[in-house]
Formats: sequence, structure tokens, C-alpha cells
Amino acid sequence: MASIVGSLSTSHIPAIGGAIAKGLQNEPYWKPFFDGFDPAREWLAREKPDVVVVFYNDHGLNFFLDKMPTFAVGAAPEYRNDDEGWGIPTLPPFKGIPELSWAIIDRLVASDFDIVTCQEMLVDHAFTVPLKLFWPDGDAPVAVPVCINTVQFPLPSAKRCWAMGRTVGEAIAAFDKDLKVVTIGSGGLSHQLEGERAGFINKPFDLKFLDTMIDDPQWATQYSILELVEKTGTQGVELVNWLAARAAASAGPMRQVCRNYHIPISNTAAATQVLEAA
Amino acid sequence: MALDKAFREIPGTVVFDAEQARKGYWLNQFCMSLMKAENRARFKADERAYLDEWKMTEEQKQAVMARDLNRMMALGGNIYFLAKIGATDGKSFQQMAGSMTGMSEEDYRAMMIRGGRSIEGNRKIGETGDAQRPPKD
Repeated sequence: MASIVGSLSTSHIPAIGGAIAKGLQNEPYWKPFFDGFDPAREWLAREKPDVVVVFYNDHGLNFFLDKMPTFAVGAAPEYRNDDEGWGIPTLPPFKGIPELSWAIIDRLVASDFDIVTCQEMLVDHAFTVPLKLFWPDGDAPVAVPVCINTVQFPLPSAKRCWAMGRTVGEAIAAFDKDLKVVTIGSGGLSHQLEGERAGFINKPFDLKFLDTMIDDPQWATQYSILELVEKTGTQGVELVNWLAARAAASAGPMRQVCRNYHIPISNTAAATQVLEAA
Repeated sequence: MALDKAFREIPGTVVFDAEQARKGYWLNQFCMSLMKAENRARFKADERAYLDEWKMTEEQKQAVMARDLNRMMALGGNIYFLAKIGATDGKSFQQMAGSMTGMSEEDYRAMMIRGGRSIEGNRKIGETGDAQRPPKD
């Protein structure tokens, strides 16, 4: 049977992709962020997961305002990246694992999640940046993308994203193949990119959130999306991706392998956390 | 029908709800067209002519030509998509975000290095934080 050995989460600011492409990892501005990945990569080298399930939000590359699913699951043999106009190099395609994707889709629909399924799907920086950060040599395992709408309101609630993640975890646990799986939550933490309140950061909230991810992971599901906008900024709501990834891995406590929190990368409080099965 | 407008109580914040998404549909479509290099070149060569190819309001076109991001937000723009204009101009996301705050680029960058804008005074409209000034019209 497949098992989830860990939940990894990190921020996905496009500028990170630019810094990687230019080799700026050791520059003073970037070093405090990139250094946070050394223990994560050591852990991954030990665990050698076979599959990564990435919870992220697309920013218009695959889903634009013409068609905006609340939840969408990729079921493609490969996922292509494409030019988003940032001037960042387009990455080679990522391999999929359609049979696991369909097992997840079956389980979600059977559990009353009315998702969109995608046999073709472009993946944007929110999917590619975390994979590039955790596997800088481009040797990321096969992937299942799970996209959550955090762009056009109404957004799914934190509670609903948690429940969706739990169901993905159940599907993986029931998958009849001996696979080691990790989940990734992409985005956050607190940041706001628009209006007079741009640059907003809520460090106390972020630190509390990171603490609760270890042993009280449903803590943030008490908040409505608008409360999360108030507390974490308009784009800080991306933390729902972290919640879904954490939910998939385990409903109970997990053990923290490493954590890094750094302000700022661009406009954002950047965070990285690796949790392993307790 | 828009969502409940509770977010209007959060200062200096535009939530991209149904009302904004409908109002800004073609403005955002125009922005997304700038993901293609050939469209970026055509836009730069003659902004007005390129904008006239889109079903945008005159006000939206003027806001784009003035690079007034707060105005574009008010007219239905979404920052994720408006950012394509900044990328076309060679501006960073930080320069774009900072331009909406009334702060200089240097002051905004320094604020971020110091830990960002505080939640204190910036939770609700009517408090005394630094995000309370209404966006420029």
C-alpha cells in the first residue's frame, strides 16, 4: 500500500524562480531563505519518496477567469510549464502518475467533492518553484497536481480545503502499490500585493500557524476566508494549500524535521517547513 | 451578485469578488495576452492601438496607460494578472506593490526589510495604522 511519509511546504514567489535561474542563492538577500532547504534536501535524500502530491493555486496559466474550478486534479502523463511573462526560464515537463491521480479523483468524487479533472494541464510557478526548491537538480519524483482556487472569490473555506486534503490522504493510503508519497503545500505565508495595505505581514500569526501545523493542524480552519484576508493579507490565504497538504499527510500530530521563516522575499513572509510521520 | 462586503472594512484592500471579476474581465484578458512576447512587443510599439483591440472601458484603458495600479484594481483588475503589465515594463512585483501604497520605492523596500507592514492599526478601517489612507482615485 502507498503511504505518506511527510508533508513539505514552502512559498512560491516568482522572484525565487528568477533567483534560481541567476544563481543568486548565496547573495545576502536570498541566502537566509535558500539555506532553509539544506535539512529538507537531506531528509528527502534519506526518504527517497516515489511520488509528490502538490497542492497549489494556479495564477492564470492553466485556469483563467473564463473557467475557474474550485478544486482541480491533474491526471496527465506529464505536466508542462510555460512562459508566464516573468522572464524566468520555462522548465522541462514534470512526469505524472495517472493511475494514482485517478484513484484520488475517484475517492474525491465518491466523497462528494465535485472536482474538475485534467488530462492536460499546464503548471505555473506555484507548482514548479517548490519542486525546484526541494529538488534543485530537477530529479523530482512523479507528481499529482491538486489546484485550489485562491484567485477569484468565492474561495473554498479553510475547513473545506482541510477536508479535501484528508480525502486525498485516504485515497493514497488505499492505493494498492508500494509507494512512498510526500505532499507539498505551496504558497504563503502572510503577504498582500495590492492596495494601500500592500506589504502587510503578520509574523505572530505566521509563527502560530507553523507551530499548529505540527500538532494542532486544524487550528487555522476556525477562520473564514475573509478573516484570513484580514489576518494574513489578500494573498496570505494561500495557506489553504498548506492545510490541504498537511491534512493529506495526517489528521494527528507530526514530527517537525525543519522549519525556516524569513521576511522578506519581495513582498512576502517566506516560510519552509518539513513534517514527517510521527 | 457580489459577496458580502465585510472586506470593505479592511483598509487598503481589494478582494477580487464576483463584482470585480465581472467588471475587470477584459482588462484582465488584456493583461494575460502580455504573456506572449509578440503581444508585449505590439503593446509597447503602440499602447493605445493595442488596447483598442480589447473590449475594455475608456477608463480602464486610461488607467493602464497611466500605469495607475490602484485605479486598475478599482476597475476590476486582479494583481496577479496586472503584474503582466509590470513584467512588460521590466518592473518587479515589489516595485508594483509598492507603487500602490503612496510610498517611494526605497521606503517600501526598507519597510519590507524591517519586517513588512504591521497588522497593528491595519485590521479595520478607522484604526490608526499606515494603510488607512484611501487609495488614490
